[in-house]
Amino acid sequence: MTQTLPDRAAQATPPKVARKIKGLSDRAIAWIFVGPTIFLLLAINIFPLIWTINLSFTNFKANRTNRAVEYIGTRNYERILTDSDIWLSMQATAHFLIWTIVFQVLIGFTLAWLINKKFRGNDLWTTIIVLPMMLSPAVVGNFWTFLYQPQIGLFNYVITFFTGGDPSGFQMLGSVDLAPWSIVIVDTWMWTPFVMLICLAGLRSIPDYIYEAAEIDRASKLRQFFTITIPMVLPFLMLAVLFRGIENFKMFDLVVQLTGGGPGSTTELASINLKREAFEKWRTGYSSAFAIILFVTVFGLASIYVKALNKVKER
Amino acid sequence: MSEFFNGLLKFRRGPWEMVATVLIALGVFMLMQPFALWMFTYSFVTTLVGTVMFIIVSHFPEGD
Repeated sequence: MTQTLPDRAAQATPPKVARKIKGLSDRAIAWIFVGPTIFLLLAINIFPLIWTINLSFTNFKANRTNRAVEYIGTRNYERILTDSDIWLSMQATAHFLIWTIVFQVLIGFTLAWLINKKFRGNDLWTTIIVLPMMLSPAVVGNFWTFLYQPQIGLFNYVITFFTGGDPSGFQMLGSVDLAPWSIVIVDTWMWTPFVMLICLAGLRSIPDYIYEAAEIDRASKLRQFFTITIPMVLPFLMLAVLFRGIENFKMFDLVVQLTGGGPGSTTELASINLKREAFEKWRTGYSSAFAIILFVTVFGLASIYVKALNKVKER
Repeated sequence: MSEFFNGLLKFRRGPWEMVATVLIALGVFMLMQPFALWMFTYSFVTTLVGTVMFIIVSHFPEGD
């Protein structure tokens, strides 16, 4: 008779340990298994969060650990929330967040819809489209910097090929007006495949018989799209927006590589500003307060979004 | 509308979650809007009140 894995594990357990385990309740054994994970969660997530909240009420500076730490109440929060530079960086973050999500959803869904049609080379195209997502943000930032070069960059040549004019007549990364759009373009290029994959999963989960029933009822293709495709893909699409929204709210690496927050501070997103306050100006207490503001914002948004997602799923 | 206010008075989850959701959305809008600095100043308090309220009211009983 073949032995199952639990049987073999039971036989391999030393008698002393086995006797101890026999004396434990199911609940205690469950805690033994879950305990290490809870401990790690507390140590890595909860403790730093509580510590950050604590630091946000102090004037602590991480480069001057010998200096006495004073509790200054809500002064850090007051300074941040009356600082026009931080206000500008929040506006830059909003611009980046809104437009990347709009473009990624529109292009991602369209690509998924096209890929979902059965045609020759379908799998090859899927692989090619997904490639940008697999690259490191540092690599993407680096080669898009070359693509955006006014003299030798391909981007300017392609744009002026269609619009006419001198390729070196405009700078995507050097212009105050164009730099915010340049980071939107790169993030869209990189992360649209992610949205496409999630939408594709949604589209492939729609059973064919629903469309067949609609065909029998003589529903037009447009009607089928708006009454079958969109509602059934919506939970997937909302999930993609949630993931991209949270991710883009804390976008850092790609933008630092591309513009470094410039020109001026036009592309200085909240996370870049936060990093500067924390590790260049070493205002640890101040930056902790800033981090808490961002955390509460993302947490609040995610809460209402998950509620909306559950409602859509229940329909 | 009267159903909404009745729900608020009876501490029902639905209407209170709606209030919390509106507060969070308003707070996020105030944080990121380009119109007035005073809105930015009060954005965090609004979002925080909304978020804490959301956590509390999600434990309220549902409906009648």
